[in-house]
Amino acid sequence: MAKQGTIAVIDYGAGNLRSVINAITRLGYQPRVTRCAEDILAAQMVILPGVGAAGTAMTNLAKLGLIGIIRRLAEENRPFLGICLGLQVLFEETEEGGGAKCLGIFPGKVRRLPPGLKIPHMGWNQVKQRVVHPVFDGIPDNADFYFVHSYYAVPEDGTVIAGETDYGITFCSAVARGNLVATQFHPEKSGELGLKIYANLLALSQLRN
Amino acid sequence: MLTKRIIPCLDVKGGRVVKGVKFRAHRDAGDPVELAAFYNNEGADELVFYDITASSEERGIMREVVERTANSVFIPLTVGGGLRTVEDIQRMLESGADKVSVNTAAVLDPTFISRGADRFGSQCIVLGMDARRVPGADPLRWEVFTHTGADGGRPASLDAIEWAVRAVELGAGEIVVNSIDADGTKSGYDVELLRAISEAVTVPVVASGGAGTPEDLYQALVAGKADAVLAASIFHYGEHSIHDVKEYLNRKNIPVRI
Repeated sequence: MAKQGTIAVIDYGAGNLRSVINAITRLGYQPRVTRCAEDILAAQMVILPGVGAAGTAMTNLAKLGLIGIIRRLAEENRPFLGICLGLQVLFEETEEGGGAKCLGIFPGKVRRLPPGLKIPHMGWNQVKQRVVHPVFDGIPDNADFYFVHSYYAVPEDGTVIAGETDYGITFCSAVARGNLVATQFHPEKSGELGLKIYANLLALSQLRN
Repeated sequence: MLTKRIIPCLDVKGGRVVKGVKFRAHRDAGDPVELAAFYNNEGADELVFYDITASSEERGIMREVVERTANSVFIPLTVGGGLRTVEDIQRMLESGADKVSVNTAAVLDPTFISRGADRFGSQCIVLGMDARRVPGADPLRWEVFTHTGADGGRPASLDAIEWAVRAVELGAGEIVVNSIDADGTKSGYDVELLRAISEAVTVPVVASGGAGTPEDLYQALVAGKADAVLAASIFHYGEHSIHDVKEYLNRKNIPVRI
């Protein structure tokens, strides 16, 4: 596999990027950790990681001038992976922290997991694949992935739901629209199958050239 | 369905894995990075490293161990032991830990939990709790102990259940409940303690201390209502493989990742 081109990991102060960098490095690519719009636009693939609070994350993205940049990546169907909070901020708004406006790339809202079960939803859970998409190449249906989150996205447009997971309710655990993919779970913490998700997306980004 | 997590715990001293029996009499069970890779291949759902040294130079060795592990093993890694400041937490996260477990320092200053959670998120702040049954108490009560690594530990004059509830309010995202009475005995977890904590808090509870057989893990998950089980010596000395334990639990209808 040719391993040229850059993979930009957006550093916007939303948690630890170490494991994402380790996963990409393991696959033979050199990630560029950046908050610079130019780097992001020049990259072959862009990763928006994130743990922590959605409101703070949006404030930081706004301060860094990256909101328009991420929307543009989506409009141009550029290879993109959002992870965890990086999935949630793609929607219109979240009820986390009393409510915050998000990027609005996907219509829909982010809600808190219902009471009655342990929160955060932490551990390995199955992802039911709802679409055929290159991101799932070589990954069995209902494979286990590692989750840790207290909020979940409710897409208005059901066709963007790529995967679903049961935790008291059935929620959207992966979204995909063209080359724009996001997962509620952490592929970089999901063993070999998680690395396969990264490999699939990196292969997709190579196809562009 | 969310699976129950099986978590091998490696006590690390000077870059090597040791396992205490009642926190004493250590024997060497290997290289932490190699063991981490081995357990990952066997199906461990997460890994925990406890740094049982306190000196700063050995803390540097620990960070290097964490770094090498995180470069080669892609499952969640928690690091605990001797973390005193928000900067200590930051250094471990930067080295590649996904979560940190705080214990004595959180008892001495509970705002340590909230400061850590505010800065890094609740998902990476684990409360590690060492608790011991109050002799003769009826109904059952448990007291929190600190400094358990060095000697027999010191009573903290804190009720274990109250402390668990408070820690969650402060921002702990998970609680590892270690029974001092059961630790190292291999005669089973303190199931009553686990159930009491699990019913009192809304965050995941991890059972620790006392695992001797796969049935002990089953009891912690079912009777103790734990979300995950931590064990050390039953895995380290090859008495039971993680895979075998998971097969056992699966046969008893416990959801596990196989």
